[in-house]
Amino acid sequence: MDPLWVPLALTLKVALWATAINLVLGVAVAFGLSRWRSHMREVVDSVLTLPLVLPPTVLGYYLLVLLGRRGTFGAWLDRLGIELVFTWQGAVIASTLVAFPLVQKAARAAFEAVDPQLEDAARVLGLGRAATFFRVSLPLASRGITAGALLAFARAMGEFGATLMIAGNLPGRTQTLSVAIYAAVQAGDDRSAGVIVAVTSIVCVVALLLAGWLAPDHLRKTRP
Amino acid sequence: MSVDVSIRKVLRSGDRHFELDVTFASSHRRIVLFGHSGAGKSQTLRAMAGLLTPDAGHVRVDGATLFDASAGVNLPPRERGVGYVFQDYALFPHLTVAQNIGFALERGWLNPRRRARGERVRRWIDMFELGPVAESHPSRISGGQRQRVALARALVAEPRLVLLDEPFAALDPALRARMRSELRALQARLDLQMLVITHDPADVEALDGHTIELRDGRVVTAPPIRLQEPL
Repeated sequence: MDPLWVPLALTLKVALWATAINLVLGVAVAFGLSRWRSHMREVVDSVLTLPLVLPPTVLGYYLLVLLGRRGTFGAWLDRLGIELVFTWQGAVIASTLVAFPLVQKAARAAFEAVDPQLEDAARVLGLGRAATFFRVSLPLASRGITAGALLAFARAMGEFGATLMIAGNLPGRTQTLSVAIYAAVQAGDDRSAGVIVAVTSIVCVVALLLAGWLAPDHLRKTRP
Repeated sequence: MSVDVSIRKVLRSGDRHFELDVTFASSHRRIVLFGHSGAGKSQTLRAMAGLLTPDAGHVRVDGATLFDASAGVNLPPRERGVGYVFQDYALFPHLTVAQNIGFALERGWLNPRRRARGERVRRWIDMFELGPVAESHPSRISGGQRQRVALARALVAEPRLVLLDEPFAALDPALRARMRSELRALQARLDLQMLVITHDPADVEALDGHTIELRDGRVVTAPPIRLQEPL
């Protein structure tokens, strides 16, 4: 077995990438949905929530079909020299997909709670739509987004099913903590399994405390 | 200084249907749009500021066309040079008083910094005696101070016209009388045209401007109410 820090570093790398991608993608989709006036909105929302309800192995299988060398998208990527199956980048895609609804839902609720009059005020005061988003909507929604990102990070840390399907279990390359625990138990190595479980638990608790400390406290103070 | 407004807009919300058809012109320094709630006052103001696009008509301020449906002119709110004081002030809760006042002076994607305070911001803070609360957030200051912050925030960009939506409704009666005279004193000092909307006849009397009455989305075509100058 590899030294413990190998799967730990890989897991943190995958979870941080997945969280970062979701902070951009999930927040953008959430803002779009919160401002979109159409009855198709809830249909789109339901489709985007699917990763939350589908079994991770099912998601993993879809990814494999889509991104594998014989898949439609995968064949195209292959010609560009990009390989996602059995790579850590594949694990990032799996974790991103699985954690996406957590950021999207939290961010959408946060954007919908922003008083539209504050956005009107910003526009009358001379701001364009983009500046209004970055200076008013986003800061006012930041607490909800932070909470969603924290959940997404925790979910990505623990991702197992979809990751195993698309990235496999290659020690040192795609073996994340969750997969390493499973591998250790399968091999009858209870000592290793116990150590990895303890480390994973500690990392999750630290992440939780860190997020509470990072939350913008000026908002907490000013909200009535 | 002149305002020339003629707008038509059909508003639908669920099964409700409201027709706004407002035409007025005035070169008075204080225009008062008076009417009961639901008469279309706020929607008229929103259309003038560019927050609502009318179906037809025009909005002109000082000869500049801000909106003209037939000519295809529709300036975005930021290019209209119109100040707006919202009914409950719409101060940014995540920014301090000083940051709120300096908001319009920073056009980029970042809010004014907490400590950096330009000369113009300082002047407005001094004028409205907001120095002691400049570092506070809006939830921590009094109603009268909130109104002054909203006014300073709207005026710092030196608009040619400032629109005030029920500026006294959120204040208690004692404060209301004081803020009315404060607003008039402010106008006496600044070269500024104001358009105030109110449902309160006492405001109409105290502001003593060109009063236009709205009812059911239309201007009431009666001789303008002339009230005596209160002392």
